[in-house]
Amino acid sequence: MTSGRYLLTGLTLPNGDKTDIAISDGKISEIAENLSAAEGATKVDLAGSIALPGLVDLHTHLREPGKEDAETVLSGSMAAAKGGYVAVSAMANTSPVADTAGVVEQVYALGQSAGYVDVFPIGAVTQGLQGENLSEIGAMADSRAKVRVFSDDGRCVFDPLVMRRALEYVKKFDGVIAQHAQDPRLTQGAQMNEGEISSRLGLKGWPAVAEEAIIARDVLLADHVQSRLHICHLTTAGGVEIIRWAKARGINVTAEVTPHHLLLTDESALSYDPIFKVNPPLRTQKDVEALREGLADGTIDIVATDHAPHPAEAKECEWQEAAFGMLGLESALSIINQTMVATGLMNWEAVADRMSYAPARIARYSDHGAAIKVGAVANLTLINPTQTLRVDRDLVASRSRNTPFHGMDLQGSVTATFFKGHPTFLNGKLSAIYEARNPSGGR
Amino acid sequence: MKHLLSINDLSKVEAISVLDTAQELARVSDGPMKKLPTLRGRTIVNLFAEDSTRTRISFEAAAKRLSADVINFSAKGSSISKGESLKDTAQTLQAMGADAVIIRHSASGAAQRLADSKWMSGSVINAGDGTHEHPSQALLDAFTVRKHLSKGGNDLSGLRVAIVGDVLHSRVARSNVLLLSKLGAQVILVAPPTLLPVGVESWPCQISYDLDEIISNVDAIMMLRIQLERMNELYFPNAREYSRYFGLNSDRIRAMKPEAIVMHPGPMNRGLEITADAADGARSVIVEQVANGVSIRMAILYLLLAGNQEHADIGVNL
Repeated sequence: MTSGRYLLTGLTLPNGDKTDIAISDGKISEIAENLSAAEGATKVDLAGSIALPGLVDLHTHLREPGKEDAETVLSGSMAAAKGGYVAVSAMANTSPVADTAGVVEQVYALGQSAGYVDVFPIGAVTQGLQGENLSEIGAMADSRAKVRVFSDDGRCVFDPLVMRRALEYVKKFDGVIAQHAQDPRLTQGAQMNEGEISSRLGLKGWPAVAEEAIIARDVLLADHVQSRLHICHLTTAGGVEIIRWAKARGINVTAEVTPHHLLLTDESALSYDPIFKVNPPLRTQKDVEALREGLADGTIDIVATDHAPHPAEAKECEWQEAAFGMLGLESALSIINQTMVATGLMNWEAVADRMSYAPARIARYSDHGAAIKVGAVANLTLINPTQTLRVDRDLVASRSRNTPFHGMDLQGSVTATFFKGHPTFLNGKLSAIYEARNPSGGR
Repeated sequence: MKHLLSINDLSKVEAISVLDTAQELARVSDGPMKKLPTLRGRTIVNLFAEDSTRTRISFEAAAKRLSADVINFSAKGSSISKGESLKDTAQTLQAMGADAVIIRHSASGAAQRLADSKWMSGSVINAGDGTHEHPSQALLDAFTVRKHLSKGGNDLSGLRVAIVGDVLHSRVARSNVLLLSKLGAQVILVAPPTLLPVGVESWPCQISYDLDEIISNVDAIMMLRIQLERMNELYFPNAREYSRYFGLNSDRIRAMKPEAIVMHPGPMNRGLEITADAADGARSVIVEQVANGVSIRMAILYLLLAGNQEHADIGVNL
């Protein structure tokens, strides 16, 4: 590999130490103050930026294959790099569904050729996400994509026997089932959080219990079969309590929260603007506070974006006709800075854990989630926490524009992303790793 | 005020002015020359994306009595039934120069989406959106209550109104709770717990599960339609049991105060939420509600579209 040498100056490590970082041959070659640039090294002044281990997203909808009008592996990878990510996990609800080795290998290969982040496919738990028969879980695990995370995300694995079998089966290769906790009977036609606001708006309610009941059932199942369970996008205060209880009992459960559930509430729906329509729904301020507290104390292990691109027409319509989901990759770290760090709830070491170490550990992405140290692969995310990010849906790298944060000033802005020593995002510009290896750009 | 999307768009003073205007306009309608020239040359579109007979006809009659040009755009056989989006429909209406769009839609919030979007520039009047609101119905109900029961004031203070039935799915109930309470009436929602929305305790009204407990103590009772498709959604065991506890029948009619009135926004399920003798009896003002609907909708169109002319102009314009 002939990738360049870089000297990043003016950084602060997660532990608060001031430092410069030198990168050479894709690895971190030196970490110290006042380094001088090696011959041929590009010096990058990043004064004011925090250096984090490269971010890993465990919940990303890249829409390819099947919905390339909304996103592709390439455009989603670019959005990821811009948001500070070096690895994303492509959810299985594509068309065709990622329920065979063929589909996951295709998505993995598309990620490699895009060259902005590692794209790790998530396999479907059940064939066609139908919740009935197990998909080719073993074949996906043994494929070149080496799938370890399985999820029917978008749908709940509702049948308790199917869930039990899936939890048991993935023990063979240390896999994990990522559950979209939503009781389908209690949420038929549901549009938003069930509460005062849904009742006032006449939008069908999505009760918190529909999420909590599944979480409670599944932590008990995971305990019974001694397997690993991951709860996707936790949204309720009650859910946080159940996870806390399960962990105290030693149950092997992990949980994620999205940036939007840490920032927005169901009051957003008062506009009837479906840009705020998302599954699971935005909840109340009380839930937001419980989620923040849970993330800070480690009850919730990770932040995951649930980046869900949709074409314009899926949102330019009546609320009940609109698709669920919102963009997340490009604004995630800014929101975590604003809601968790600037508020004093978490320090940067905790951010490194929740957004890099822990997601890599849960998904068994062995090349990711390492601490910043000499000799490690140079996967780095740089954020200037005082710089404002003015979100503009017309300037996103994603192929879709459905960000609920349009026009908002978020606190903190990603200044650079290094993926295997290559600046995939620097000075506002994106570049694929191939452009370093092969400057003529042929790929 | 440009749009009428929710009762929340109206202050108490504005709501009373709609009622007062309707009262004056009703006088005109009773006269020999029913038609006013007020909205001559204006184009009003009736965009009914959901089946409706009485509301559409009522708005159409109101617009025509004010000399507006009315275009009817109904769900069946139109581009909406062919899957055209609300955005494209709105842009089409804009291109045709609609001054106002009266919209009935099965999606809660559809009227607000239309008003907030940049898809069209005219006034938007909500003629019922999903299970959200139906402000013109509430205004005509308040008008009817005031006409029959008002103790001299121009509002409804001192009156008790019960709204009985499927509150959960009722846009009429939502608009009426907001409007009647704004006008000073005490509202009591009566329904089985399954048909009351979560969080209803925060609404400006009282709640009862027992119709017999409150019936002798209300001035007006408004029965809500039970939609037949609710039968299979576990809200109550069966129609007979629903009627027994929440239906208005002759025994309950007899228990009411002497002057109390019976209302229903229609269409009725005779034999389910209301018996024929209750619907057609001396207390019933159900047919009159329909007539009042035209006056109220004239007043809404007049106040939204005729600019800031004083009410007194109505007479002058003749």
